[in-house]
Amino acid sequence: MEEAKIVQGLIKEIKKCTLPLAFMEVCGTHTMTISRYGLRNMLPANIRLLSGPGCPVCVTATREIDTGIAFARTPGLILTTFGDMLRVPGSHSSLLRERAGGSDVRVVYSILEALQIAKENPNRPVIFYSVGFETTAPSAAFGIMEAKKANLQNFSVLCIHKTLPNALRALLDSGELGLNGFILPGHVSAIIGADVYDFLAEEYGISGVVAGFEPRDVLGAILMLIRRQGSAAKIENEYRRVVKAKGNPAALAAMQQVFEPCDSEWRGLGVIPGSGLRINARWQDFDALRRFAVEPGESVEHKACACGDILRGVKLPAECALFGALCTPENPVGPCMVSSEGSCAAYYRYRE
Amino acid sequence: MDKILLGHGGGGRLSQQLINDMFLRYFDNPVLNSLEDAAALALPHGRIAFTTDSYVVTPRFFPGGNIGKLAICGTVNDLAMRGAYPRYLSAGFIIEEGFSLSELEEIVRTMAHTAAAAGVQIVTGDTKVVGKGAADGMFINTAGIGVLDEHVSISAANAQPGDKVIISGTIGDHGMTILSLREGLSFKANLESDCAPLNGLVGELLRFKQDIHVLRDPTRGGVASTLNEIAASSKTGMMINETSLPLKPQVKASCELLGLDPLHLANEGKLIAVVAGSVAEQVLAVFQGHEYGKDARIIGEVTADTRRVALRTFIGSTRIIDISSGELLPRIC
Repeated sequence: MEEAKIVQGLIKEIKKCTLPLAFMEVCGTHTMTISRYGLRNMLPANIRLLSGPGCPVCVTATREIDTGIAFARTPGLILTTFGDMLRVPGSHSSLLRERAGGSDVRVVYSILEALQIAKENPNRPVIFYSVGFETTAPSAAFGIMEAKKANLQNFSVLCIHKTLPNALRALLDSGELGLNGFILPGHVSAIIGADVYDFLAEEYGISGVVAGFEPRDVLGAILMLIRRQGSAAKIENEYRRVVKAKGNPAALAAMQQVFEPCDSEWRGLGVIPGSGLRINARWQDFDALRRFAVEPGESVEHKACACGDILRGVKLPAECALFGALCTPENPVGPCMVSSEGSCAAYYRYRE
Repeated sequence: MDKILLGHGGGGRLSQQLINDMFLRYFDNPVLNSLEDAAALALPHGRIAFTTDSYVVTPRFFPGGNIGKLAICGTVNDLAMRGAYPRYLSAGFIIEEGFSLSELEEIVRTMAHTAAAAGVQIVTGDTKVVGKGAADGMFINTAGIGVLDEHVSISAANAQPGDKVIISGTIGDHGMTILSLREGLSFKANLESDCAPLNGLVGELLRFKQDIHVLRDPTRGGVASTLNEIAASSKTGMMINETSLPLKPQVKASCELLGLDPLHLANEGKLIAVVAGSVAEQVLAVFQGHEYGKDARIIGEVTADTRRVALRTFIGSTRIIDISSGELLPRIC
């Protein structure tokens, strides 16, 4: 009951603010915390929370999904990936459907399991379909180094990693939002550090708070953003127990060794310069895109699907015509309804 | 000979050998031993409960049990959830050619042991062997018959506003055990399946007669599905307290890691009881005095809020408890 008291105290403080303010929680795990604990209903009506492009499954472009599916269809090949990716609809199929149709698609929890599968199947190409932000990119880098050490010639990585800072820049450059602050991701920031976000305050005059994932963390960050209004913009760190100013140097070094920045297509945001990671020339033997000529065909998106607008914070899930009727977790049209971190899934699962 | 051959299901000498050396040896009872086409059973006058279920779990062996234990417990528990005393089971095996005989023996031995512990007899059975690739190792079907006392009326439709909801112990143990083994998910949760026959516990609860309104075992779909089913059948709602849910720390931690809700995880040795509010504390004491109910807790109550199954979270807010949408898949990060 201790926790309930702390939360009630924070809500009481937040309610003292009467200004209309809009904050964006960038990270999908924050979206989950907010929905799961009904925080939106506890906040006063003048405080609006918008979900941002922080669910890695959701921002994966249809073409990237189609590419994964095209790999899965390659005879003899084993495609390994995270469970979340299986149900994401591409233009015409999903990995789950491909698996039901006989493709060898396997769920792994980390790239190390994919390496193990490659060791056990030396005569078959094994691909790790690697998705995620800076949270999962370091382990992908370590995995590729490990594959080189073990001389695993049948192993390669389909790398569609994305990095967050330039996506926030693109979001602000679009000028659609009128945000009063960002609730910045905890896990990503543990890798890249809190200092990375200083450009938000310096160039855009917008404050941000790096926050953890307990209800008290999210509400604490909201209160810090409220108290920051009216004074100079600043990036603060509510999640000091995990996030350091400079991040995790070992993880950053591994990423730098194996990857290089590239332009990347984001669902809803389009191609953003310098917002993706690709495997650099030194490690190209492990780059599935260089080793296999796979053609996904032209990608098609459902016309009424509002995932793009939802990922930009322009629309709330309930404002999509498909939400809850044609698009449900059992029968998802867009990726935001698929991932456990997706804002549509979070809104749907914990709808009131 | 150490493997199952197609001939073991062919009705000839190999079949007889398998029946004698394996099934009769372990399941040994007069009705089965007579090897008639159908078992003739003596039952008291009145109503019986009758149920069937098929078992296809992968992997077949897991910490805390195997497919055979599951096949006995699952059917025994389904009978017990109507307040019946389970008496007789059938066992049908579909086995893939090439299956290891010693593995089969291990499974059959576990079934015999579990049936004896539950006080039921396996009185009829069948074995089919299918070609390589036509089945994944082994599937088991069991059906069961239980005897219902005249005055017992336990049904998912009987929950009433004001009733208390009791769970017999920690949730999600079986589901998380299987999930951590399946698909090569390498993370180890140091967990055991809770797989257990619950008819003994139910037998003790029946002394509360009409005050036990609903019994259900939250297997596939977990506690979330079971609560929603009860609410839908009874046209009531539920309010569950998150802080009252018994949860092993390793299940809680694994769920957070994988992005899963423990309310969606399967259980194989737990039951949910909906009981009259006036006797709830006494019923709870009976639960806690039983080997399979030591960690029982009152987790919430039935409300008049039709079909709204809600959770009061640990910070005091409420949200609905939704059913899961099919296969549970761990998340990215």
